[in-house]
Amino acid sequence: MMDIIWVILLLGGIAIGVISGKGTEMTQALMDGASRAVELCIRLAGVCALWMGLMEIMRRAGWIDALARRLGGVLHRLFPDIPKGHPAMGAISMNLAANMLGMGNAATPLGIKAMEQMQRLNTTPDTASAAMCMFLVMNTSSVQLIPTGIINFRHAAGSTEAGAIVIPALIATACSTLVGVIVASVFRRITRRRGS
Amino acid sequence: MSWTDLVIPLFVCVIIGGGLMKRVPVYTAFIEGAVDGLKVVGRIFPYLVAMLVAVEAFQASGALDWIEKALTPLGRALGFPGEVLPLGFLRPVSGTAAIGYMQMIFERYGPDSIQGLTASVMMGSTETTLYTVSVYLGAVSIRKSSYAVKAGLIADMAGLTAALFVSRLFFG
Repeated sequence: MMDIIWVILLLGGIAIGVISGKGTEMTQALMDGASRAVELCIRLAGVCALWMGLMEIMRRAGWIDALARRLGGVLHRLFPDIPKGHPAMGAISMNLAANMLGMGNAATPLGIKAMEQMQRLNTTPDTASAAMCMFLVMNTSSVQLIPTGIINFRHAAGSTEAGAIVIPALIATACSTLVGVIVASVFRRITRRRGS
Repeated sequence: MSWTDLVIPLFVCVIIGGGLMKRVPVYTAFIEGAVDGLKVVGRIFPYLVAMLVAVEAFQASGALDWIEKALTPLGRALGFPGEVLPLGFLRPVSGTAAIGYMQMIFERYGPDSIQGLTASVMMGSTETTLYTVSVYLGAVSIRKSSYAVKAGLIADMAGLTAALFVSRLFFG
């Protein structure tokens, strides 16, 4: 799926660009894309180091295990392949909590930790496991309770009711997360059946 | 400054304070955890180059103008503010492009117009799916995404459709 999207964006983009006579812009865009990856990585490196350092403090204080035990029951239904009390559960619940509170900067490193933990349980290390797919869907469908970023943009644009979108956005994001969770568990069953 | 600005500083204080209470050597622990930061980013890097080059190429090609021209009348025909439909296509692909498009709608129609409100709700309903998947799978060097992208995009469509209907209900 990622292959198809990548090829469509890249080849489709270049083809349309060349047809519209935008050769120079296209060359520039390809180079810009590569440079932007460097910029993003540099920014991400600092944030990752910060939150992974803080997370190590939390782990040694025993909080992550405690969180894994506390939330294990609820999350076990969504992630049946992860044993109860496994550190992956702790990392997943911290990532989801950070996402809900809108702490995007913290959520990404915590999510990466969760992926590393899930990779240890992955029996096919070159392919995303069912637990990873469920985790990714929950992350991509956004579980943020208050979209602070969007509200700030609305404020800046001179909105008189910047917060009016909170409830509708919450309903919409609940729909996307719910559908995502259902779709991921259906796909999980389909791939299991095909595999066995 | 709003209360949300206090969340992260307070959180950091709680972590350090909690660590001290449990007699964790906080400085050493922090350094040991932070060591991995750069390694992880090194693993993500090739995935981000691949994704961002493709996204930039697509944006620069002007393909979005075609999509905008095709989707706007379709949205109107279905009874929605048609101008916001291209956002549904942009949102999962590129975060910066989606924010840019939303601000363009704010400028043209105002943030409190039905177009501005609907665009805001759409932006709040999903994430930049392709970026998120690239980063997380890149962090563990997985190339085969299984059904993660498919399921993520279906969830996006559900969220964006819900955003259209909910906005009409609340603001229409």
